Amino acid sequence: MAKKVSLKIRRYNPETQKSHLEEFEIPEKKGMTVLDAVNHIKDTQDSTLAHRWSCRMGICGSCGTIINGKPALMCQTFCETDKGSITVEPLRNFPVIKDLIVDTDNAMEHFRTAMPYTDIINRHASLDKEMIQTPEQRKKIEQSSQCIKCMLCYSACPVVGHNPNFIGPAAAALAYRYLEDSHDEIPNERMDSLTQKNGVWQCSFIGECSVVCPKKVDPAIALQRLKTMGVLHVTKALLTKRKK
Amino acid sequence: MEEITQHDLLIIGGGAAGLRAAIAAAEVNPDLKIGIVSKVYPTRSHTVSAEGGLAAAIKDYDSLDQHAYDTIKGSDFLADQDAVEYFVQHAKEEIMQMEHWGCPWSREKDGTLAVRAFGGMSVKRTIFAADKTGFYMIHTLFERTLKHENIKRYDEWYATKITTDQHGVTGVIAMQMKTGKLHAFSAKAIIVCTGGAGRMYRFTTNGGIKTGDGMYLAYVAGASLKDMEFIQFHPTALARNGVLITEAARGEGGYLINKDGERFLKNYLPEKMELGPRDMISRAIMSEIRAGRGFKSPYGNYIHLDLRHLGDQLIKEKLPLVREIAMEFAGIDPAKEPIPVTPAQHYTMGGIDVNLDMETSVPGLYAAGETNCISINGANRLGSNSLTDCLVFGKVAGEKAAQEISKKTSKTTAQMKTALEDEEKNIARLLEQKGSESVPAIRMTMEETMDQNAGIYRDQKALEDGLNTLLELQQKLQHVQLKDKSKIFNTELINCLELKSMLTLGEATIRCAMARKESRGSHTRSDFPDRDDKNFMIHHVVTKKDNAMSLTNAPVTITRWQPEVRKY
Repeated sequence: MAKKVSLKIRRYNPETQKSHLEEFEIPEKKGMTVLDAVNHIKDTQDSTLAHRWSCRMGICGSCGTIINGKPALMCQTFCETDKGSITVEPLRNFPVIKDLIVDTDNAMEHFRTAMPYTDIINRHASLDKEMIQTPEQRKKIEQSSQCIKCMLCYSACPVVGHNPNFIGPAAAALAYRYLEDSHDEIPNERMDSLTQKNGVWQCSFIGECSVVCPKKVDPAIALQRLKTMGVLHVTKALLTKRKK
Repeated sequence: MEEITQHDLLIIGGGAAGLRAAIAAAEVNPDLKIGIVSKVYPTRSHTVSAEGGLAAAIKDYDSLDQHAYDTIKGSDFLADQDAVEYFVQHAKEEIMQMEHWGCPWSREKDGTLAVRAFGGMSVKRTIFAADKTGFYMIHTLFERTLKHENIKRYDEWYATKITTDQHGVTGVIAMQMKTGKLHAFSAKAIIVCTGGAGRMYRFTTNGGIKTGDGMYLAYVAGASLKDMEFIQFHPTALARNGVLITEAARGEGGYLINKDGERFLKNYLPEKMELGPRDMISRAIMSEIRAGRGFKSPYGNYIHLDLRHLGDQLIKEKLPLVREIAMEFAGIDPAKEPIPVTPAQHYTMGGIDVNLDMETSVPGLYAAGETNCISINGANRLGSNSLTDCLVFGKVAGEKAAQEISKKTSKTTAQMKTALEDEEKNIARLLEQKGSESVPAIRMTMEETMDQNAGIYRDQKALEDGLNTLLELQQKLQHVQLKDKSKIFNTELINCLELKSMLTLGEATIRCAMARKESRGSHTRSDFPDRDDKNFMIHHVVTKKDNAMSLTNAPVTITRWQPEVRKY
């Protein structure tokens, strides 16, 4: 007999608004990821099971769930059977739509607060030639630009749990990425946006966001730096106002 | 929401081509009401998985003519040369535009853009951002759309129909997945940017979402499909699951090695070796495996991609994703062990037939990106041309559509209400329908059939058998029973609609492959091993006529480069 893998998947029925853990058993396959297992269940045992997935290679950010209690991408997590059954649940801190699918629409809107774009109209740059950016300058944005917007950090963040209006870890890291970009020319506008009521001040530096990040972005550090930059920005703004 | 939401321009699909089109249209006219309807959040689009880079002649040693010639030779002379010329002329400005928008391209020491070698390109001209080029591009584009207030997104909405009247497109019917509710959108122009149909195959580098939805919608709306027989198989996918290992791994100097420890390409492409075009390298790998010089494994035979001599530092710096994938999914550190790889479906060269303005034969309907066929790729696409393609022609589609819209007045919407009601009835019928067939079972048979009968090597008998199987599966789909009866995020229902698209596109692929009784580019007929310019310097065009597929020919545009023997 082939060895079996047991998965407990949290099912949520939006019509009855009830949830329960349902156990499935499937044949073990070497190197099987949790996503492989869940797809296998959907294909062969229960086609009503609802989950998101696409790339299978940890880059599209679709398949975030809570696996054995921790936020993780299903495609990047292997079925370790020696630890007993694997529990798969929907991400925390979001309304559940159905089974493993949560509603991230509102959280996605926080990226707007980051003003994640350059504005180089001042530079009259032409499209004939590149603008120089040294490898050292590029290195400054290397880590903070790795975010795949999978929302695991929002699921791990206790502040988001209390205040869904908090800009949140990924959007803050994204803002930091543009602020550190040698091509950026709108730092003041962006800092205005980040130092609003639900901006960077809300972060209490628990650091869970950085622990769960599948791309090692370290939003917690980005947020601490943004707070320092924020203090300087607000002070400067006050001084300028007084002078006027 | 109102009963019918009015837009000027609707874009179906939010990958690189779709987002580039949206930004272009918004820049032409900031007052346009632009909507992006996508079945996933735009950053989940498959552009995100593109790794190696994007081509443009930006260096002093390079020239537009050289890029054009390489592309045309790579296409086995089936590319339309006017389209290729436009493409190479506008490639550079798009690279610079992306840079200005913050896309963090990799740099040389002096801060200029870095380039790397790619298969079939005669000089280094592939710009890149580590080996996550598509990832950086899609996020930069997505973030840029947030600057434009007139771009409204409909994330996780599945388009079920493009509506038309005698004057052309009128709008789109789409389902909001989280409610299951269908909704009508009116539009003066529609751009389809839904990518390829790689998921027709089982062994593919493509993400699960690449089901050719837009090609199918355009075909049903009256547009033609072109050159559907040309399917690209990437030489190096991870043998276990088909995940892509970028061509940049060879561009940076990686070797392909058989069981005997030989760099076997010396027997096939002695001058180009690992930097040959994808069609030829994939065939060479298959020949080695067939001759018993592959490695055996429970998930099929494979060969080795050896990067050990590149050293840990270069791998970490220039191929971090290859390293991550090899370590995560195969438990292999590429600096210490070779990676097991084998060819897998990768790209659909064919697609919605468009002219140089990205217009289909249906007025107001445009297409851009992998989903269209202009054709700049002909019978075989060169690696790193497709990301540039999404930018150059996404922009053309967005601009042309925006310009045409300003000449149009709003349309009556009475016909859209009927279309909405019809779609509601169709979906309700599908949910209630009783039968003995299941969506996953049909899908798996289709995948197996496409792998076996319409893969790298084809012949008349295999194609005929494959066609018969697909036609049977289309019949079976009529008798499918869905277990999930709910409206809310019914993924089984979505899978069923996707399957319907793929069964039609698979049929088109096989019908075109049967008609092309020659071997050219990616299309290899064991029973017709030679290229036949006398009879097949033509495009195949598939159109819906009386509920059947009609296949006709169209000429290939040649400007300056006469077909010649394709030798590397």
